[in-house]
Amino acid sequence: MTILLRTEGLGKTFTLHLQGGTRIPVLGGVDLAVRAGECVALSGPSGAGKSTLMRCLYGNYGAGAGRILLAHQGRDLDLARADARAVIEARRQTIGYVSQFLRVIPRVSTRDIVAEPMMARGVARVDALARASALLDRLNLPERLHGLPPATFSGGEQQRVNLARGFGPRHPVLLLDEPTASLDAANRAIVIGLIDEAKQAGTAIVGIFHDAEVREAVADRVFTVEPMQDAA
Amino acid sequence: MNLLLEARGLHLKFGAIAALDDVAIDVSAGEVVAIVGESGSGKTTLLRVLAGQMAPDSGTVRYLGGDVLGMTEAERRRLMRTDWGFVHQNPRDGLRMGVSAGGNVGERLMALGARHYGNIRDEAKAWLQRVEIDAARIDDLPRHFSGGMQQRLQIARTLVTRPKLVFMDEPTGGLDVSVQARLLDLIRALVHELGLSVLIVTHDIAAARLLADRILVMRRGQVVEQGLTDRVLDDPQHPYTQLLVSSVLAA
Repeated sequence: MTILLRTEGLGKTFTLHLQGGTRIPVLGGVDLAVRAGECVALSGPSGAGKSTLMRCLYGNYGAGAGRILLAHQGRDLDLARADARAVIEARRQTIGYVSQFLRVIPRVSTRDIVAEPMMARGVARVDALARASALLDRLNLPERLHGLPPATFSGGEQQRVNLARGFGPRHPVLLLDEPTASLDAANRAIVIGLIDEAKQAGTAIVGIFHDAEVREAVADRVFTVEPMQDAA
Repeated sequence: MNLLLEARGLHLKFGAIAALDDVAIDVSAGEVVAIVGESGSGKTTLLRVLAGQMAPDSGTVRYLGGDVLGMTEAERRRLMRTDWGFVHQNPRDGLRMGVSAGGNVGERLMALGARHYGNIRDEAKAWLQRVEIDAARIDDLPRHFSGGMQQRLQIARTLVTRPKLVFMDEPTGGLDVSVQARLLDLIRALVHELGLSVLIVTHDIAAARLLADRILVMRRGQVVEQGLTDRVLDDPQHPYTQLLVSSVLAA
């Protein structure tokens, strides 16, 4: 199958100017390739840089070295070099990200929060709202909550809103950062189902799954992120 | 890329102090760009230069390819009526305090040639509701409104003519925190619905994160860092940006 996302020699070092310019190397020489329909689980000890890698893949952190090639509208877009507008367009059309925490927008209803990225991808409002409701139902979020802003929801409820928002637009590439961290067994099973369906539809998925049961169920292979030695 | 506004090599000195030191910036159609930095960083000066309200010592500003700095005052006023909007930090600078709320919104339409009184009043009423002001207040003077209401009225007055590019100078500046959140949310929704391009000056990092696609960080008249909003805020590179971001208290 086609490779939809790959990194070549990806490196990332943080320079803390407020701490006397301390340099913290986190990633070096990362070569990762993810094919359509495949789910790759990132593994490695806590602090090894799994989340940093995910954030680089989404363009949230700037890459320090190497390339991040995303198959975007018929060509490879290098997210390590792309300007802000190109990254925004890639996020709109091609790459989605489910973070651990929902960034709540005051006063916007749950249904609208979920529908928004679908509409940004060109889905008509009525269809986006219908799919939003269906996803929220499937994730067992009671219908009486759909019209409310999620600011007051529990952690597990907010995570399910985030999942609905992430799976809604059917981006060809999807990044999942601990998508089941605050969910019970029943809802974990639903997320496993969503991931399976996305894979069958050809989505390339990269995930961090601390839950071994979820990882076994969805990951086709594991990619180990090696901790780097601290350079003093 | 549909470029609306493009400025290059802007320099401006106030005495010995460089308010703008080789600043370049551009804004594309449908894009929200935030300029952040502390007081005295030059961000408001930059906004005023870009909007043609102040002349730089050197540099160019182009709007849809046309030279902004070389425009006559009449040409600039025409642009302010048709294509541009300006939201001031202090609503009293953007509103006419002696004219009713409806009149404040309606006169911008009349300046564009609208003549039918009933239509103008209906549109003014619709805009009051859109910015969450009770339409029954249409004949009240803005001086009887709260600060948050005045700011929402200024936004209605600015947006009623459907400008392509809106300049905003600390639009949530002097407001209570709860009022700020409501206003930001309103601005965010209107920007989405109307597909506006916005250049917003703010010292509020959270506001920039909520509204802006891109961000420029200014310090002592220079743009020290710029890029994708979430990348600049989550992975700041310049020492000053790191200081700015780390100084925000998490609520």
